[in-house]
Amino acid sequence: MNNFMTILLHTYLSKLKTKSFIVTTLITVVIVAGLANLSGIIDYFDKDDEERIAVIDETGVLLAPLQEQMDALNNNISLIAYNGSEAEGENAVKDEEYKGLLLLSFTEEELPEAAYKARSIADSAISSELQGGLQQLKTQMAATQINLSPEQLSKLYEPVPFDKTALEENAKTEEELNQARGLVYVLLFIIYFAVILYANMIAMEVATEKSSRVMEILISSVSPIKQMFAKILGIGLLSLTQMAFILLVGYFSVKQNLDTMEGGFFEFFGFGNIPASTIAYALIFFILGYFLYATLAAFLGSLVSRIEDIQQMITPMTMMVVAGFMIAMFGLSQPEASFVTITSFIPFFTPMLMFMRVGMLSLPVWEPILGIVILLVSIILLAVFGARVYRGGVLMYGKSNSFKDIKKALQLTKNE
Amino acid sequence: MALELKNVTKRFGAFTAVDDLSLSIPESEMFGFLGANGAGKTTTFRMILGLLDPSGGKITWNGNPIDYSTSPLIGYLPEERGLYPKLKVKDQVIYLAKLRGMAKQDCLKELTYWLERFKVPEYANKKIEELSKGNQQKIQFITAVIHKPKLLILDEPFSGLDPVNVELLKDAVMELKDNGTTIVFSSHRMEHVEELCEHLCIMQKGQPVVHGSLKEIKRSFGRKNLIIHADYDLSFLKDIRGVVKARQTAEGIQLQISGEDAAESIFREVAVKGFVRKFVLEEPSLNDIFIEKAGASYE
Repeated sequence: MNNFMTILLHTYLSKLKTKSFIVTTLITVVIVAGLANLSGIIDYFDKDDEERIAVIDETGVLLAPLQEQMDALNNNISLIAYNGSEAEGENAVKDEEYKGLLLLSFTEEELPEAAYKARSIADSAISSELQGGLQQLKTQMAATQINLSPEQLSKLYEPVPFDKTALEENAKTEEELNQARGLVYVLLFIIYFAVILYANMIAMEVATEKSSRVMEILISSVSPIKQMFAKILGIGLLSLTQMAFILLVGYFSVKQNLDTMEGGFFEFFGFGNIPASTIAYALIFFILGYFLYATLAAFLGSLVSRIEDIQQMITPMTMMVVAGFMIAMFGLSQPEASFVTITSFIPFFTPMLMFMRVGMLSLPVWEPILGIVILLVSIILLAVFGARVYRGGVLMYGKSNSFKDIKKALQLTKNE
Repeated sequence: MALELKNVTKRFGAFTAVDDLSLSIPESEMFGFLGANGAGKTTTFRMILGLLDPSGGKITWNGNPIDYSTSPLIGYLPEERGLYPKLKVKDQVIYLAKLRGMAKQDCLKELTYWLERFKVPEYANKKIEELSKGNQQKIQFITAVIHKPKLLILDEPFSGLDPVNVELLKDAVMELKDNGTTIVFSSHRMEHVEELCEHLCIMQKGQPVVHGSLKEIKRSFGRKNLIIHADYDLSFLKDIRGVVKARQTAEGIQLQISGEDAAESIFREVAVKGFVRKFVLEEPSLNDIFIEKAGASYE
């Protein structure tokens, strides 16, 4: 047991100290903190002065109501009456005195008409806001012309009441479902990246030890099986450390910005009220998924003798993770499709699919439990089989990068 | 008998790598384990270390089976250098020594001693990949012996070293032996084996073809080497009865003969012919025996 801890700690600490690990973690933390503070950052860059627009109002009556409309839309556009000629106005815009020049006039039907001139029309935000304000103004004026009362007008524009209710008990409401979708989406991404990242790390570790032949010394001191599991746990601990660090930073920056978070981005991702069960399931399926793929990666890594061959060896495994992720993405919009239900019980897909289903739907409790049991059993089977392959695999050198080598590796460990 | 192999056999499918090998090596003895490539040396070492299970037979150390509980007693220097290229020498040696059950403090003390002894104390904080091959081999040797093993297995310990460093390592190996370590040692350099080992075994295709003490092996081989230097042509000696092999050298001829009687008749022949500057009858070299028995030359 002592040796087990030595290997575990060595794997954990030596990886923890590598530059690449520290840099990756820091970059991720910066991204997470950036996302959490997104609205603050946008505000910071956007708080520059109001956009000043020069207005030549030929009618003399449109400017005031238009300014009212613009204020109601709550944007930073300020309209300023310009007294010079059109040509002078154009020059003032060219001299960057104003952002743009708006010419207001009446059509033959006494309705507003406008022309907008700016140095460039690449920034469509201002012109479309002006257009929107003017559109409303026009609607009001046209309504007055045909003698519609404001009540009649609002009746015209009132949206139709449309209410959706799920009949099944415990079923998630539309709002909840949207929230769940955002959260599940983010967590799925985390599981997906983590499994690929750390499984790769393990396969690389094993292949490095093998190609540098340090493996022979290691397994003459410690049994390969002990060594394999110590390594898997060591990297597992590393992954949890990284996750914990990122989540902690994420949690605190989200908490800090809780007030500014209403609406938009955060509500979409459903971070307002995170259901504890979803997080718990995410953790369980992340850990189980990690062990499943880590064991697979360790024994695949034990079969190659050169680091260059490792990618080729673990590609099928990576494809499997990608396939699981794709199905999960499809499942986000149709979580009840029977295809998704069935595949969520296939061990290699369970971590992502069962998690997606349990996060999106109100599953009877036996379903996720069955998924967890299936995963546990597969992990144990894979570990027993993988350990035998590993034991032989680490002793095999030479051109070995096909799946036939699994048979050869098993043969090595057999006592005839 | 400290290390005992009884009728050990290892089969990989239809291929038999080691066939009915029995060896017994007493404590504090240096045992030479020789053989051509693929003769089954590494497989035997791996079985002794417990990395492979024998298909038949038994391996014991002082009467007990060898497994992971005995691993602190065993030191191993593999044929291929096996160290983490990215790790510092100090971290590396400490990690591997800890796995052999050593405490960190003792380990640092021993490491300093060995690095000084091998005249490379400045390498403690260097990465392995920054060292030359010969210096990596020294570090590899340190990892094999730092925990003071009772049984030391050295697979080609001197490959890649210059003569000065070979001497450094040889001295260290001799000292370990004198302090009671049992050493099993494989090499393709016969002069090293001749110099270090009292007992040896030559393997061929998984079977021991020669086994015993160095002296006995040489005596029972029968043949001897005869070196003659003279100013006239000696090639006629090739046809004399009792001459097995002849090789012309710059100053004369080197013969392998079947025994001392042959030497006598050759002496009479050359005495008639004329003056001889050198006439030496020698024990056969291990190299000769190896070539004869294992069927290939390794130099």
